[in-house]
Amino acid sequence: MKQYDVVVIGGGSAGLAAALEIKKQGIDHVLILERDAELGGILLQCIHNGFGLKVFKEELTGPEYAERFVQELLEMGIEYKLNSMVTKLNPDKTIEYANVNEGFVKISARAVVLAMGCYERNSGSISIPGNRPSGVLTAGSAQKYLNIDGYLVGKRVFILGSGDIGLIMARRMTLEGAKVLGVAEVLPFSGGLKRNIVQCLDDYDIPLYLSHTVTDIIGESKVEKIVISQVDNFVPIPGTEKTFEIDTLLLSVGLVPENSLSERCGIILDKKTKGPVVNESYQTNIEGIFACGNVLHVHDLVDFVTEESRKAGRSVVRYLNHELNATNNMINVLPKNGVSYLLPQEINLSNLVTPMDIFMRVNKEFKNAEIVISNGDTVIKRIKKKHLAPAEMEKFILKDVDLTGDMIDINVAIEVQS
Amino acid sequence: MIEKLICIACPMGCHLEVDVEDDYRVEGNQCNRGVLYAKKELTNPTRIVTSTVVIKGGIYRRLPVKTNGEVSKKLIFKVMEEINKVEVSSPIKCGDVIIKNVLNTNIDVVASRSM
Ligand SMILES: Cc1cc2nc3c(=O)[nH]c(=O)nc-3n(C[C@H](O)[C@H](O)[C@H](O)COP(=O)(O)OP(=O)(O)OC[C@H]3O[C@@H](n4cnc5c(N)ncnc54)[C@H](O)[C@@H]3O)c2cc1C
Ligand code: SF4
Repeated sequence: MKQYDVVVIGGGSAGLAAALEIKKQGIDHVLILERDAELGGILLQCIHNGFGLKVFKEELTGPEYAERFVQELLEMGIEYKLNSMVTKLNPDKTIEYANVNEGFVKISARAVVLAMGCYERNSGSISIPGNRPSGVLTAGSAQKYLNIDGYLVGKRVFILGSGDIGLIMARRMTLEGAKVLGVAEVLPFSGGLKRNIVQCLDDYDIPLYLSHTVTDIIGESKVEKIVISQVDNFVPIPGTEKTFEIDTLLLSVGLVPENSLSERCGIILDKKTKGPVVNESYQTNIEGIFACGNVLHVHDLVDFVTEESRKAGRSVVRYLNHELNATNNMINVLPKNGVSYLLPQEINLSNLVTPMDIFMRVNKEFKNAEIVISNGDTVIKRIKKKHLAPAEMEKFILKDVDLTGDMIDINVAIEVQS
Repeated sequence: MIEKLICIACPMGCHLEVDVEDDYRVEGNQCNRGVLYAKKELTNPTRIVTSTVVIKGGIYRRLPVKTNGEVSKKLIFKVMEEINKVEVSSPIKCGDVIIKNVLNTNIDVVASRSM
């Protein structure tokens, strides 16, 4: 059985950044396994601009951002295998994968990085009454058809869900000559970035129906009409129905970290993020298995994925160099009022490298609020925020001075200023 | 008059309040690009256009392209018409000029990946 120092599962922006960092820190036997025909992941189909402002200080498209990393990877001589699907990960860090040339292969690694990204919720996982005719598909698959294959899936389009992919596709399909009749969002606020509402919907006068959902899909073999209704707390309000004649309904109703491999390996997942529970070193409950990028929690900005994955990469190297102290000096990072999740969920104080980034999302919109960070009941710091929204990931930093004295647990809550 | 805008110059999406009479004085921005954005958005709004062109001999049938600068919002659909006329052949390098000086804007349409 072939032995590697590190095997990275997934060659998207997370896997690429982690592998590069690991190699740069002097670890030689690194392998990336990627099931697609190319490295780059989801970035390859995201041909719009908006990537890299933090990492490269310029605004790149997805493919450009990916290409820079792939170039560096080739220069560094990091080994990768394409069209290679990992089918099983075991707790002893053996990995099974398959490809056409080698067939089924089992290899082993001293450390593993999970970087499998996420998948889109589809019509099976949401409840719309009515038929399931053709012409109903996820925004991401429509994006792939259009941007990679040049195939426009429809001419009269409605979009359910205001996630970023849906917003980006509303603009993209409009530019290609389709009529996008509207976007319905069941929540009272958008699921996508504000800038995408402005430059994808407002720029093209595409209406956004907040607190609305699709209540009927009509059509025998192909979708012909949909009905949307206003909702009150998720319940459709009779008499508010609007009908649209369409040939395509795109679903942009959320992304879910891709963790079937992790789950079968016994890795504990967070109920909120749907990604692994990790500590300050991005290590999961299984020693030597790390996670970063969208497999860990869904990111809206690739720059954050890159930063997080570089950090995870550095932790992997510390682990391989026996610098991660296994003794338990663990505290929890706990979401309180107004906070949906925090990441990492645990901090082993002995292994902490400061300053430490903590990522979080709130569970509803707030105006003029404070992020209040406490150790037990003692407030460590307050961060003023004019706007907080679930669609926008927040990041704050913990420094040495924040973590002195007796550490109990870190609690994070949102307080609205009166 | 105070105009409310959301800055789209980066994904932070700052909420800007612009005092048009006071030489477009901006509040709510987190960096200077917000100031530039506000003035431009209220006088001559511009956007980067991204799309694809047909490519022959590549691993896929479409090559992603972008304008290498912002073009006036009014020209977006005209730029798309120009982009849709083009057909290229592999190999193409990221950054190669696909349409020079599109519609006399002094902006080029360039390849946004190698293929
Ligand atoms: C439509 C869309 C628009 C976006 N827009 C922006 C934007 O404007 N600006 C911005 O900064 N960010 C944007 N993002 C966010 C950012 O691009 C992503 O969060 C980031 O690229 C995710 O990287 P990743 O490596 O975690 O996942 P991915 O890119 O999804 O990579 C995961 C890789 O793992 C592979 N894989 C999965 N399972 C296996 C397996 N079992 N075996 C082998 N390989 C496997 C997959 O094939 C894939 O290549 C956008 C994201 C999307 C989806
Ligand atoms: S003001 Fe600066 S930080 Fe804020 S959105 Fe604009 S460019 Fe980004």
